[in-house]
Amino acid sequence: MIDNWRDAFIDLAYFISAVLLIISLNQLGSPKTARVGNQLAVGGLLLAIVATFFNRDIAGGDYWVILLGIAVGGAGGYVMAQRVQMTAMPQMIAIFNGMGGATSALIAVSEFLGKSDLGRGTVLSIALGCIIGSIALTGSLVAFAKLQGLVPSRTALPGNRQLITAGLLGGMALLGAITVILQDGALAQTVLILTFLLALAAGVLLVMPIGGADMPVVIAILNAFSGVAAVLSGFVVNNQLMIIGGTLVGASGVFLSLLMAKAMNRSIGNVIFGAFGATPSAGGAGTGGGESLPVREVTPDDAAVSLAYADRVIVVPGYGLAVAQAQHSVQELASLLQERGVDVRYAIHPVAGRMPGHMNVLLAEANVPYDDLYEMERINGDFAKTDVVLVIGANDVTNPAARDDPNSPIYGMPVLRVDEAERVIVLKRGMSTGFAGVENALFHNPKTSMLFGDAKASIGKLIAEVRAA
Amino acid sequence: MLGIYILTLAIFLGAVLIMRVPSTLHTPLMSATNMISGIVLIGAMLVVGSVDSWWLQVLGFLAIAFSAANVVGGYAVTDRMLKMFKQRAPAAGTSGKGER
Repeated sequence: MIDNWRDAFIDLAYFISAVLLIISLNQLGSPKTARVGNQLAVGGLLLAIVATFFNRDIAGGDYWVILLGIAVGGAGGYVMAQRVQMTAMPQMIAIFNGMGGATSALIAVSEFLGKSDLGRGTVLSIALGCIIGSIALTGSLVAFAKLQGLVPSRTALPGNRQLITAGLLGGMALLGAITVILQDGALAQTVLILTFLLALAAGVLLVMPIGGADMPVVIAILNAFSGVAAVLSGFVVNNQLMIIGGTLVGASGVFLSLLMAKAMNRSIGNVIFGAFGATPSAGGAGTGGGESLPVREVTPDDAAVSLAYADRVIVVPGYGLAVAQAQHSVQELASLLQERGVDVRYAIHPVAGRMPGHMNVLLAEANVPYDDLYEMERINGDFAKTDVVLVIGANDVTNPAARDDPNSPIYGMPVLRVDEAERVIVLKRGMSTGFAGVENALFHNPKTSMLFGDAKASIGKLIAEVRAA
Repeated sequence: MLGIYILTLAIFLGAVLIMRVPSTLHTPLMSATNMISGIVLIGAMLVVGSVDSWWLQVLGFLAIAFSAANVVGGYAVTDRMLKMFKQRAPAAGTSGKGER
C-alpha cells in the first residue's frame, strides 16, 4: 500500500513537472515573461529530479553515485554558464547539445548491457537512441571545434569521403537493425557497441565538411537530435515526462533548423550533404574578378556628418560586429545619434551571427533595447524611406545580387534591401568576400561608400566626429 | 503505446508554442531547450539505480553528470541572457545605462 502512495507521488510530481515545462515555453513567447518561464522550467526539472530519488529502484541504493554526478555536472555547468562570453554562445549551445546526446546514448547502452529480456520496442528505442545521441555528441564536438577555430571551417575533402560516409551510415543502420533482430544476448550487446562506435564516427564525418556559414543550421539540427534522443530515452525507460520534455526540445530544434535554412535559401539536405560537392567551387568563386570595379571610400568625418544630420538611420549588424567586439561602441554611437533626434533602428537578418538570435543577444548585452531591433520582414519596406544605412560586419545578407542576379550562387536568399536607402556606409576590414565567397554588388553601388578598418576603431572615430558635428 | 499518444500530442503542442517565440529570443530558446533536454537526468538516475556492475555505474555517473550540467548550465546561461533583454525606457533619449 505504501508503495502505491509512493508511485502516486512520483507520478504527480512528473505530471506537475510536465505542466511547468509547457507553461515555461509559453512564457518564452515574450521577453517580458521569458525569465519567469525559465525559472518555471528549472523548477519543474528540480521537482522531477527530487521525485525520482523516491523511485523504488533508486531509494536505499547507491545515492552517492547519483549525488556525486549531479554535484560534479551541476558545478561544471554552472561555471561554464557564468564564464562564457556572449560571442561564444554558439559554442556553449553546441557543448550542451553534445552532452544531451551523450546522456541519451549512455542511457541506451547501459540499459541494454545491464538488463535482459527487454521488449522488441524497447530495443528499437535503444538502438535509435544510441545512434542519434552519439551523432549529436560527436557532431556537436566537431561543430564546437569549428566555431572555436580549432578546426578549419572548410575542410578539404578527398573525393571518396562521400562514399566512406555513405558506407558508414549504411553499416551503422544495418548493425542497429541486427541489434533489434537479435534483441538479447552477448552477441546483440557486441553489435550494439559496434553500432555506438560507428554512430560516433558518423557524427564526425557528417559535420566535418560543413562550412562555418552553415553553423546556425547545424547547431539547430543537433539541438533537434538531442531532443529526439531524449524522446527515445523516454521510451527506453518508459517515462512519459522524458518523452514530453524531449519532444519540446526536438520541436524547437526542427523549427529553428527550418527557419535558418529558409533564411539562407537552402534545404536541410543541401546543408548537410551539399557540402560534399559544393565546397571547392564555392571557395573558388569569390576570388575571380571584381577587383577592377570601382569602390568609393569615405572619411570618418564625412560619414559622421551624414549620420548626424540624417532623420532616419538603420544599422545592419553582422557577425563581423561580434568579432570586433564592437557592440558596445555601436550602442554608444546609436544613443548619441538618438540624443540628436535621429531615428535609429537595427535590422536583424535571421542568419546574422552564428546561431539563431545570436545578434539580438549581443546587442542586448550592449544595452540596446529589444524594441529597437527589427526582423527582416518588418523593416525591409522601410529602407526606401531611410537616409543612411550603416552596415557593420555584414556582407552576404545585404547583397542585392540575391534579388537581381539569377547567376549569383546566393540568388533567391532573402536579403535586407539595404540598397534602397539614400546612402549606404559600409564598415569593413577590407574587400574580402563573405561566408558564401560571393562578390557583394552593394559595395560597388554608387550610393555606397566604404569605411575601411577595424569596426570598433571605425565606430570610435565616428563617435568622436558626431560629437564634434 | 501510451508513449506514442503522448509523443503525438507533444509534437503539436511543441510546434504551436515554439512558433510563438519571437526571433529576438531564439538564442535563449535554444539554451532553455538545452536545460529541458536535461530531463534525461531522471532516466540516467533510473538506469544507475538498476544496474549492478561497476563500469555500468561509471557510464551512469557520466550520464548523470552531463545531464546535470545541462540542467544547471542551461538554466544559468538562459537567465544570464534574459536578464539583459530590456525594453526601451518610456522617456526619450535613453542613455542605455543599466546594470550588467
